[in-house]
Amino acid sequence: MSIEYIVEFMPSLLRGAAVTLEITLYSLVAAFVLSFIAGLARLSKWRIIRFIAAAYVEVLRGTSLLVQLFWIYFALPVLLDINLTAMQAGVLALGLNYGAYGSEVVRSSILAVPKGQTEASIALNFTPYQRMRYIILPQAIRSMLPSFGNLQIELLKGTSLVYLITITELLYAGMQLRTYNMSQTTLIFTLLLVIYFVIAFAFNTIIRLIERKVSVGRS
Amino acid sequence: MWDWDYAISVLPDLLKVLPLTVAATFIGFGISVVFGLLLALMSRSSIKMVRFPAKAFVEFVRNTPLLVQIFFIYFVLPLYGISLSAFTCGVIALGLHYSTYLSEVYRSGIEAVDKGQWEASTALNFSKSQTWLRVILPQAVPPTIPVMGNYLIVMFKETPLLSAISVGELLMTAKGLGSMSFKYVELYTLIGVLFLVLSYPCSLLVRAAEKRLARK
Amino acid sequence: MATSSNAPAPVRDEIDFSPTEHNDPASEKQAGAIHAGLEPIVRYRDIGISFGENEVLKGINLDIAPGEKVAVIGPSGSGKTTLARILMTLEQPTRGTIEVDGEHLWHKEMKGQLVPADEKHLHRVRKKIGMVFQHFNLFPHMTILRNVTEAPIRVLGVPKKEAVTQAVEMLEKVGLADKADCYPSQLSGGQKQRVAIARALVMQPQVMLFDEVTSALDPELVGEVLNVIKDIAAEGRMAMLLITHEMDFARDVADRVIFTDGGLIVEQGPPSQIFENPQSERLQAFLSRFRSNGFGGAYG
Repeated sequence: MSIEYIVEFMPSLLRGAAVTLEITLYSLVAAFVLSFIAGLARLSKWRIIRFIAAAYVEVLRGTSLLVQLFWIYFALPVLLDINLTAMQAGVLALGLNYGAYGSEVVRSSILAVPKGQTEASIALNFTPYQRMRYIILPQAIRSMLPSFGNLQIELLKGTSLVYLITITELLYAGMQLRTYNMSQTTLIFTLLLVIYFVIAFAFNTIIRLIERKVSVGRS
Repeated sequence: MWDWDYAISVLPDLLKVLPLTVAATFIGFGISVVFGLLLALMSRSSIKMVRFPAKAFVEFVRNTPLLVQIFFIYFVLPLYGISLSAFTCGVIALGLHYSTYLSEVYRSGIEAVDKGQWEASTALNFSKSQTWLRVILPQAVPPTIPVMGNYLIVMFKETPLLSAISVGELLMTAKGLGSMSFKYVELYTLIGVLFLVLSYPCSLLVRAAEKRLARK
Repeated sequence: MATSSNAPAPVRDEIDFSPTEHNDPASEKQAGAIHAGLEPIVRYRDIGISFGENEVLKGINLDIAPGEKVAVIGPSGSGKTTLARILMTLEQPTRGTIEVDGEHLWHKEMKGQLVPADEKHLHRVRKKIGMVFQHFNLFPHMTILRNVTEAPIRVLGVPKKEAVTQAVEMLEKVGLADKADCYPSQLSGGQKQRVAIARALVMQPQVMLFDEVTSALDPELVGEVLNVIKDIAAEGRMAMLLITHEMDFARDVADRVIFTDGGLIVEQGPPSQIFENPQSERLQAFLSRFRSNGFGGAYG
C-alpha cells in the first residue's frame, strides 16, 4: 500500500531534492570562498582588515541563520532598494553564515601548522606569498577537511530553512504533497528525512575519499 | 529609511517574548543533556542490541534537518493520538536533535579518561554503575562543560525555527508585527541585534572557560 | 621562545671521528691564515635581544670570515640558538646591526640613515644564508625530492629539470638518493636531518647555520649526520656557524670555538685552546661538567 504512495510521491520529492542540491552547491561555493577570504583576513598584518573580518565572523555566528535569511530576504532589499530572488537571498544567507564558521576552520588550521614550517620556508627564502601558498596552506587544508565535511552537512541541513522563504526545495515539495495527502503525513516526512540522510551520506563519503587522497605520505 | 520611533515602540513587544525563547532554549538543552548522556552510554554498551539503535539514532538525526524533525513531531504525533502544544513539540525536537551532538561530546569526554581509571575501579571491585557514577563520569564531564556551553548558545540561535510551527518566540512575534507595519528592516534588525547581544557575551564566556581548561 | 630549544643535548662519546686535516695543528694554523685579512662575510655589531623581561643577548660582537667554521658552545639559555636565528631573520634584534657580505641585514640605508628593513630587502640579503634546524622542519606534504627542489625552483627560478639533477646529486652526497620518492614520515630522524642539510645546500648559501642539528636525534643516528656535516665542512667554501652540544664534533670541524654564557661571548679561540686551555672559570666549569659526565673526553 505505501509502495504505491512512495512511487507517487517520489517524482515531486526528487524534483525538490534537485533544487536542494542546487542551493547546497551554490552556497557551498560561496561559503568556501568566504571562508578563505575571511580566514586569511583574520591573520592579516593590518589591524583594520583583521577587525573587519572578525566583526563579520562574530555577527554572523552570533545571530541566527533563520533571522539572517529573513533579514536578507525581507529587509536588505528595502534598505538597498534592490530586488533579490528567494534563491539569491537563500544562497547569500547560507554562504555568509557558513562562510563565517568556515573562516574559523581556515584560521585555526593555518595556526595549527607548526611554526617550524614557516621558519624553514623563511630560511629557504620563500616570499610571504609563497610560504602561504606552497608550504602552509597545503598542510592546513588537510586538517581543514574533516571540519569542512561537518560544515557541509550543516549547510545541507540549513538549506531546509529556505522553505520558509518559499523556495520549492525538498521540504517545500514534501509540505506541498502533505496538503493533498494528509493521511500520508508520516510517510511523507519519513521519505523527506531519508532523502536528506542519503544526500548527507553521499557528501560524507565524498569528503572521506578526498581525505584519504590528500593524506598520502603522512604518518 | 530607519524608523527609530518604530524600533523603540516595538522593542517591549519583542522583549516580552524573550523569556519564552530562553525557556525553549533551556528546556531543550535539559533534554539533550539527559538524552545525550543516555545515547553516549548506550553506544558504549557491550550488547549489540543496545549499541546499534543508539548509534543509528545519532547518525540519522544528526544528518537530517532540525526543521524537518520539528515538522515531523508536530504533524505526525497527533496522528497517533498524542497531541502536544507547538511549544512542547518544538522543544522536544530541539532537545532530541542536539542530544546527538551532546552524545558525541560525552563520548570524547569519556574517552579522554585514562584507561588506568577503569582498571583501578576493577581492582577495587566497584560495580559497573559505581564505576560510571563515582569514577568515570566525574572525570569525563567537567572538561566538556565549555563545549556544552557552546551548544547551549547554538540551541538558543536555533529557536527561531520554532516560528515555523507558530511558536510565539522572537521571530514569530516580529513576523506578526511586520504583517501590520511592513517595517521588516527595523523588526528583523532588532531581532538580529537581540540575538547578538545575548549570545556574544556568552560565547566570550565559553571561550574564556575553554582557555582556562586548556591551561590546566 | 627561541631559547627553549636549548635543552641539554644527550652528548655521547661512542662516535669515532676519523681525524681530518682540521685536527692537525698545522692545518689549523693554515686555516687561520686563510681567513686572516679577508672581509668578514658576517659581522654582528653589538647585537642585543630581549623577549619580554628576559635579555637573551646582551651585545654580541662577532665577525665570521668567508669559509670559516665557527662552533658555538655554551649552557642552555646562553643565547647561542638566538644568535643563529637572528642571522636567519627568524628573530629581530632589539639593538645592534648585522652585516652580511658588507650589506646590512636588518636595516637598509635611506638618505644616509639606517631604517628597519622591509621584506624585499630581507629577501635579497637572506639568500646568502641557509639554516638546518634542530627539528628538521621538512615539509611533510612533499616527497624528499620535492623538499629539495621546491625552493630552487620557486625562489631561485632554476628550471625544473636542472633542479632535479642538482637535488639528486645533493641527495647522493648525503647518501639518500634512493629515498627521493619517499615522504619525510617514512624516514628516520637521521635521514630527515640529512635531507634537511641537502635542502639547505642546494640554495648555495655563503653562510650555513646548523642549530643543534643532532639534539633531537636518537644516539645511534647522531654519527651519520655529523659525518655529512664534516664532509661538507671539508669542502671549505662555505662559512658555517655550528650551534652544538657535541664537543668532539666542535673540536673536529671548527676553525674557531665560541663559548657563550649569559647572553655574552665569554671566550673564543681555536679549538685546541678552548678545550685544552680554557681561560675563564665559566668555560672551565662548563667543560668539566661534560667531562665529569664521562663525555667529551676523547680528545681532552
